Amino acid sequence: MKKRRALKDPRGEAALFQRRSLVGFALIVLGLVALSGRFFYLQVMRHDEFVTRSENNRVKPKVIPPARGLIYDRNGVLLADNVPAFRLEVVPEQVPDMKAMLAQIGSVVPMDPDDLADFRKRLKQSRRFESVPLKMHLSEDDIARFAINRWRFPGVDVVPYLTRHYPYGGLFAHVIGYVGRIDADDLKRLDPDRYQGTSHVGRSGIERSYEDVLHGTPGYELVEVNADGRTQRVLETHPPVPGKNLYLSIDVRIQKAAMAAFDGRAGSAVAIDPRNGHVLAMVSVPSFDPNLFVNGISSADYKALTTAPDKPLYNRALRGVYPPGSTVKPFLALGGLAYGVRKPEDTVVSTGEFCLPGQSRCYRDDKRGGDGVVDMVEAIEKSTNTYFYKLALDLGIDRLSDWMGRFGFGKKTGIDLEGEENGILPSREWKQEHSHQPWYPGETIIAGIGQGYWAVTPLQLAHALSILAGHGIPRAPKLVMATQNGVDAPKVPVPNPPTGPSLVSDPAHLDVIKQGMEAVVTGGTGAKQFIGFPLVVAGKSGTAERFSRTTSAYDTNKNTAYLASRHRAWFEAFTPADDPKISVVAMLEAGAWGAEASGPIVRTIMEAWLATQGGAPAKPQPPAASPAPTPPDVPEDVPVPADGGATP
Amino acid sequence: MIHALHMRMRRFLRRILTRPRIDMPLAMGLFALAMVGLVTLYSAGGGDLGLVGGQAARFVLGAVLLLLVSRIPPTVLRSWTPWLYAGSTALLVVVAILGEGRGADRWLDLGFMRFQPSELLKLTMPMMAAWYLHPRQLPPSWKDMAVVGLLIAIPAGLIAKQPDLGTALLVAAAGAFALFLSGVAWWRIGLLLGVAAAMVPVGWHFMHQYQRDRVLTLLNPEADPLGNGWHIIQSQIAVGSGGIFGKGWMHGTQSRLEFLPEHTTDFIFAVFSEEFGLVGVCLLLALYAFIIGRCLWIAMEARDTYSRLLAGAIGMSFFVYVFVNGGMIAGMLPVVGVPLPFVSYGGTSAVSLLSGFGVLMSIHANRKMHD
Repeated sequence: MKKRRALKDPRGEAALFQRRSLVGFALIVLGLVALSGRFFYLQVMRHDEFVTRSENNRVKPKVIPPARGLIYDRNGVLLADNVPAFRLEVVPEQVPDMKAMLAQIGSVVPMDPDDLADFRKRLKQSRRFESVPLKMHLSEDDIARFAINRWRFPGVDVVPYLTRHYPYGGLFAHVIGYVGRIDADDLKRLDPDRYQGTSHVGRSGIERSYEDVLHGTPGYELVEVNADGRTQRVLETHPPVPGKNLYLSIDVRIQKAAMAAFDGRAGSAVAIDPRNGHVLAMVSVPSFDPNLFVNGISSADYKALTTAPDKPLYNRALRGVYPPGSTVKPFLALGGLAYGVRKPEDTVVSTGEFCLPGQSRCYRDDKRGGDGVVDMVEAIEKSTNTYFYKLALDLGIDRLSDWMGRFGFGKKTGIDLEGEENGILPSREWKQEHSHQPWYPGETIIAGIGQGYWAVTPLQLAHALSILAGHGIPRAPKLVMATQNGVDAPKVPVPNPPTGPSLVSDPAHLDVIKQGMEAVVTGGTGAKQFIGFPLVVAGKSGTAERFSRTTSAYDTNKNTAYLASRHRAWFEAFTPADDPKISVVAMLEAGAWGAEASGPIVRTIMEAWLATQGGAPAKPQPPAASPAPTPPDVPEDVPVPADGGATP
Repeated sequence: MIHALHMRMRRFLRRILTRPRIDMPLAMGLFALAMVGLVTLYSAGGGDLGLVGGQAARFVLGAVLLLLVSRIPPTVLRSWTPWLYAGSTALLVVVAILGEGRGADRWLDLGFMRFQPSELLKLTMPMMAAWYLHPRQLPPSWKDMAVVGLLIAIPAGLIAKQPDLGTALLVAAAGAFALFLSGVAWWRIGLLLGVAAAMVPVGWHFMHQYQRDRVLTLLNPEADPLGNGWHIIQSQIAVGSGGIFGKGWMHGTQSRLEFLPEHTTDFIFAVFSEEFGLVGVCLLLALYAFIIGRCLWIAMEARDTYSRLLAGAIGMSFFVYVFVNGGMIAGMLPVVGVPLPFVSYGGTSAVSLLSGFGVLMSIHANRKMHD
């Protein structure tokens, strides 16, 4: 050690240090140059890329969902409105502990188990930075309580939104339908760009079939956000295009009258203006409150609706299929004339029973002993089965089903709603397809009185009747009359052109049928129901059997309640008979006899319609173009014409 | 007696103020750097004058310490060195024992203040290395190198275990630079570096998972852009979007909108780069190079081996700060908690750095006279 120390050379050490310092400094400069090289690479060579990413960081487009189009009746009465509401939303990535948050939030804002289950489902489907609704339609209490406790729930916020409201509740549930919250299935079929920021979509009725028109186009704003995604300021705004407003051809007053006429009994009624196919009223009873569905129906409410014996969710007008019974007879008679197999004056002897040669089984008339000798008008008036058994046989099943098919039986009417049933038009093809069996002549016979395989919806019959009443011109029923681009814009009519030439080659044929149907109302099966009605009504009843007969015994001794449990009661009518402006079909699921049970419903609807026409014999054009909105409760106050008689 | 002491204190203070023994170029460089730091901090803090005021107060405290330390002759420092080193290392042991089982704990609570003993080692480590090498035959033998290596490894190991890899790196570098400046033969340096490279997998094995993640993230930040990669990605976006001339002071969107994490502390260089661009970065790096160069100049002029090695090691470890911090924000090096000296907001680093420069001032004042 000492030796080493003696050898220590301060001058040499200093020189060595100096060399090392210089080398060290050179290395340091080299290191700093390398560092600035890296900065050069980032700031010059990749500058553009990072500028873009910095902008993308900073500027975020924020979607502004469009306001949904409003729905009015033909006179501008609001049927579907947007009302402001508040909901609780959660941005998952801002919630430190989701479990704890969900456990605690219930003590501030009461939570349904449904809400929570729904939220968890949506949470899985959404991205972490997208807000997920936790509870819709907060009450003022909820909002106040949350405001006080807000600091406890980072990432949870009260957000305003527009929710759908149906001021008439169940009155239009089966026409307008309702909107519901968008779920996973909807996301698959909807255009994600158009539905950004939108929480609801049309689920049924007009809301669904006119979804494209009602929805509108979302706008967006460019906002500067910070790293937490909170908006700092708005840089640019591109406003959304609201959905178009719709004007239905329905008149709320007629609709109300129709609904009231059922008095809660299950059934359906459809009224159509035969001149243009516009639906004036369409009800299915019982109905339900569509507002329940808008913000997510509770499972208790839903269960109540689905288990109710009368099935309020079931749209009878559109989807209920029933044997039409005698209501097909006027159409069949017209077919007999059109094909030349009958002349109006041709008569048939009704003895009470009609038997095919060589067969033991016979087909009955409604009246024991029959109606005697009847021509076509009398056969319609008295609904003589034997006349139509023979007519059906003479037409043959092929011509019968071809002719009835022209009136739209057996296929969708083409109304602007989704979910129509096809019903059944008896034909060889249909039978072959469904039972792989040949057609028997006996089946033609019962097809002649609307029994057997026949199945029609109330809407189908109303459609067929409107063609008959509208001089045979085929036209699809239509609910939407006009659209409107914003509240102050002019209404744009939605055309509803005929789908073909008139089915009636000779207007005289139609006159015979009308004569028969007028006779029904003046002296036939429907004689009592239209006494005192100021206009000439042409109608036809139908009493269809729910179950196939096991005996050929007559029912005349049975009481009405028993019969009602076995029968569907139909009534179809239009007025004024010479130039029909309204055609109505009413059906009661449980009615003893068509005319007595359903006739009064048709009359009530016609009276309500007449009241909208000013009470007097109708003006040439309904006030469709009148922009003055009618207050919703008017129909109840409109005086029934003095000579209108009491509503049965 | 008390009166005499009082008089001595007053004389000492008067001398500091009237005849400061400081190197003007180095002082000017440090002053300029501090100003850049305050200006950048004002912007990074979103115009928070309180933040800037607090930092300025620390600079003043640091400057006072610098002046005080500059009055202590290097010979006195040298005689205190073993005690200072042993004392600061002992504090590290205390922290290690007290912090047991509580995760990362670097702080020592003295009741009236909290401080990190590891900060002391940034100064006492090069002092100890210089003290040990000072009387030895230079270039050092294997044995002397081994002893210095051990002196480095004990505190560096304790700090790394806290775990504070950044400070451990700085402490180890300060000691290693003393060895380098003492003239260790190049082939030995090469050999040691080779062995160190071979030890990397072993080191990987002893690293914490979060430390491994940082290294892996550096290699592929986009693999986890919202998690581990966030710092690296957002920092590079800030730097890259700055371009040649920058977005302008107070106009850096990355930090103002809080995309950049820790933008007043470890990532403040990214704010600087975003706002002042490549030109600003080059000027700032040049300022650092000037300060380091001046330190080495003072070292070369020092009177004895101890002073030379100490001054050189302090100057060169300053480079490590800049390089590690700059490399981190530019995505070259993993995220390690090393502040940008005099720019990053934060207490102890500015104060301890300025004390270190006080030592340099003292060495400068006691330089050898030119013949």
